[in-house]
Amino acid sequence: MASALLLIVLLPALGALINGSRAYANPHTPKNRTITNFFALATTGLSALIASWVVFTYTSHGTHEAFTHTYYPWIPSGLGHAGKAIADFGVDFAFRVDPLSCTMLLIVTWIGFLIHIYATGYMSHEKGYTRFFTYLNLFMFMMLLLVLGANYGVMFVGWEGVGLCSYLLIGFYYDKNFAADAGKKAFITNRIGDFGFVLGLFLIFNTFGSADYGKVFSLVSANPHAYTGVATAICLLLFVGACGKSAQIPLYVWLPDAMAGPTPVSALIHAATMVTAGVYMVVRSNPLFRLSPTAMGVVAVVGAATAIFAATIGIAQNDIKKVLAYSTVSQLGYMFLAAGVGAFTAAIFHVMTHAFFKACLFLGAGSVIHGCGGEQDMRKMGGLKKYMPATRMTMLIACIAIAGIPPLAGFFSKDEILAGAFVYSKALWLVGFLTAGITAFYMFRLYYMTFEGEYRGSEPEHGDQAHGHHAHAPHESPGSMTGVLWVLAVLSIIGGFYLGWPVIWGGSTPTAFQRWLLPVLPALGGEHFEFPEPTHGEEWFLVLSSIAVAAFGIYQAGRYYLGDPAFTKSKNWARKLAPIYRLLENKYYVDEIYDATVIHGTLVLARVMSWIDKWIIDGLVNLVRHITVWPLGEGSSLFDKYVVDGLVNGVAWTAGKGSMALRRAQSGFVQNYAMVMGGGIVLLVVVYLFLKP
Amino acid sequence: MTPAFAVFLIIGTIAVASSILVISMRNPVHSALFLLLTFLCVAVLFVMKDAEFVAAVQILVYAGGIMVLFLFVVMLINVRHLPDEKVLSNFWKGGFAVGLGLFILFISVVRPGVYHDERPDKGRLKRVSERIWTESKKTPGKFVYRRVHRTNANSEAVGMALYNDYLVPFEVASIFLLVAMIGAIVIGKRELSAVEEETAQQFILDRVETEKEVKEAMSA
Amino acid sequence: MPDAAPTTEAYLMLSGTLFTVGLIGVVIRRNMITVLMAIELMLNAVNINLVAFSHRFASLEGQVFTIFVITVAAGEAAVGLAIIIQLYRLKSTINVDEARTLHG
Repeated sequence: MASALLLIVLLPALGALINGSRAYANPHTPKNRTITNFFALATTGLSALIASWVVFTYTSHGTHEAFTHTYYPWIPSGLGHAGKAIADFGVDFAFRVDPLSCTMLLIVTWIGFLIHIYATGYMSHEKGYTRFFTYLNLFMFMMLLLVLGANYGVMFVGWEGVGLCSYLLIGFYYDKNFAADAGKKAFITNRIGDFGFVLGLFLIFNTFGSADYGKVFSLVSANPHAYTGVATAICLLLFVGACGKSAQIPLYVWLPDAMAGPTPVSALIHAATMVTAGVYMVVRSNPLFRLSPTAMGVVAVVGAATAIFAATIGIAQNDIKKVLAYSTVSQLGYMFLAAGVGAFTAAIFHVMTHAFFKACLFLGAGSVIHGCGGEQDMRKMGGLKKYMPATRMTMLIACIAIAGIPPLAGFFSKDEILAGAFVYSKALWLVGFLTAGITAFYMFRLYYMTFEGEYRGSEPEHGDQAHGHHAHAPHESPGSMTGVLWVLAVLSIIGGFYLGWPVIWGGSTPTAFQRWLLPVLPALGGEHFEFPEPTHGEEWFLVLSSIAVAAFGIYQAGRYYLGDPAFTKSKNWARKLAPIYRLLENKYYVDEIYDATVIHGTLVLARVMSWIDKWIIDGLVNLVRHITVWPLGEGSSLFDKYVVDGLVNGVAWTAGKGSMALRRAQSGFVQNYAMVMGGGIVLLVVVYLFLKP
Repeated sequence: MTPAFAVFLIIGTIAVASSILVISMRNPVHSALFLLLTFLCVAVLFVMKDAEFVAAVQILVYAGGIMVLFLFVVMLINVRHLPDEKVLSNFWKGGFAVGLGLFILFISVVRPGVYHDERPDKGRLKRVSERIWTESKKTPGKFVYRRVHRTNANSEAVGMALYNDYLVPFEVASIFLLVAMIGAIVIGKRELSAVEEETAQQFILDRVETEKEVKEAMSA
Repeated sequence: MPDAAPTTEAYLMLSGTLFTVGLIGVVIRRNMITVLMAIELMLNAVNINLVAFSHRFASLEGQVFTIFVITVAAGEAAVGLAIIIQLYRLKSTINVDEARTLHG
């Protein structure tokens, strides 16, 4: 089992390494795509198979105890400070298999594998094909590290790694400014969240002396009351990280811009796997969260707010991928709402079903874009059902799923979430309820605008930039793409059947999925975990109301967008509520607000710091120079110039002047000499005779 | 006033006056003549001091040799004296000062009574003693060495001194004279160019002619 | 009144006078030949001095030395005059002031 786990993780890494070397060695020559495909798909597929085997082995054991294996003492323990909690601090490279990681493992590996297959068709016309699959495999490796990690440290490695891969893949078309900017935006916003995560991580180390899930959670369940105080801080910090990674308010702004990357990237990373890492992390840390009702409340409120906020933006977007992006943000809000109200299993259930239908929707959108020759604006689409039947059917199925119509998967997970919210707080339930209606509305708006009516697109230009496809009428995508779409559509249909069948319709309580995930929800101080369950009457109300609101949303979408090619009704409404429409269309100007406040503020701060450095710090240094070096330098230069040189010159001057004076004795007149001689003799004799003692 | 002193006084005065005239005459020929007079006075003074030989040599050499030489050179140089040409050099002030200082020095040093005349035997200056091989006075017929003194033989005495006691300086002096002669000849020689060698005679004749003409022009 | 014979000091004084005059003559005269004559004058003064002392000490040394002085004076006069002649040929003048090429 242990080596199998390692294989699961390392196979994609190996694929990335091989394809990466091939891509790096000859950057400009096109690689053999078959070899690339082989390495990429084989490694991911094998990894998926082994993951399935691992899960199968694990479930067949029956006890569903967590299985951990330590491969390598990454940061050795024992710093030697006796008596302190961090005396035995250590982070090992270890993997953990328990129901939660099994679920995530299956989602990540199989959805990843499917999207790899899709990408071979979608990216077939792109340059940088091998580089793409290198990055994709690298992402798989990192994501698997994240979900399989047995402690917060390994999870953080994966956390950072998927952030990196997200940046690499969003900015895949690195020669486009908007793509590069979007990549940077994603990475930086993630980083802000990671800062909170790391602080939470340190707090966990400091409190519990370990980062290992087993150790931490056993400590918490053993003695919950000792940690209630610090738990709020830890959870809020961890949640900041989750906001960054899973695109909640206020750090969601990178997700819509991330649509600049290729569509398989959007599907895999920004729908199915990476963005759910935050949810996974919150659910994984549920003992800590359950200790702090404050933190849970914050999570629930933020989740609900994000859900409705993003949904309202989604109804005014015209780019097909942007609609799906905001839909993702909204659905992530749902997941956090679920986690916040205590319905952790509902959150994971929704992760799973969301992965199915959102991946299907993104890949379908990719197929649509591919078929329309790179066009992404829905206003230029329409009537594509006769050109792309397979895409149409699969997208329709996915739309129904996301709208929450039974018996498709989305209904079950969403219903469980709303049930939990209802139990927790009617206000939150109302928000979720309204969001469901808006979700149905904008999803079917998307569907109707894209597939129904008449084709509104002009003849696409040759050599479209975003998608190097040649211009002609819309056409269906190749089998590699539609096949995957069908698989995902089927999963969207049957995904909720066995796992989350509600009790009123004959399901068990707790549901099968809830029972499956129970080991991950330990008892705190003797109190077992209680799933939030409404009464049967409330449950019927909830079910019927959610179906009704979804149907209402679909109906309204049909009223406005079906049958009328000019969308006059919607345009009238847009004109009437022009300010609100403009607000929604411009995403509540959040990006602009951030730019004006945070970005601008940071830049101003940077300029201030730069000014301080330049004038004050450098000024101090220069001042010191002026005080010490300049006098020394000038002084010694002056000394050298006037004193030393003066001495030397003075000697020469003296010699010159002296000789000028002395040469007058050599007058050349003999009589002068004779006179002086005579005078000298007289003087000498006088001195000798009279003056000498 | 003894005759010796009177003579000394007169001769001394003439010597001093003559010497002053030597240095103050414009015409070098006049200076030379007065110098000659000075030499003569000096010779007289030598005689008064029982130095006859030196006096003779003085007359012969100085008056007869050096003065003639001077006069030859003066005539050879043949410098025309212009009336307004200066006599004194630039250093006449310094010269007088030094001279005055020297004179004062002499006066202060040479005071009467410094040297006591002890009247030693002056005869020595004129006495010559010889050892001759002659008959002995006591025993005639026998030749012995006898010391004979002759007085009043200053020249002999000086000669004896020169050739006995001061032989080396004497020989050196003779060599000196040889060297001086050679030197004077060499220094004073005029290099004649080839052309001049040929035309020397004619040149001299021409020059005589020129001078005659100039003289006539001057006297006219 | 002075004594019988002039004393040695008198001769010395005379000698000194003549020497002084000669020295003055060397310094103040412009004519080279006259300068040489003044030099001869000085030498003669020295001769008087020597003879005076020779007479005072009754020794022939003074006179012998006088002989030598006269000899040297003769030689020196000859050479000096030869130089004057050459100088005259070179500069056409016997002004002492003209012969100052070796000045500093």
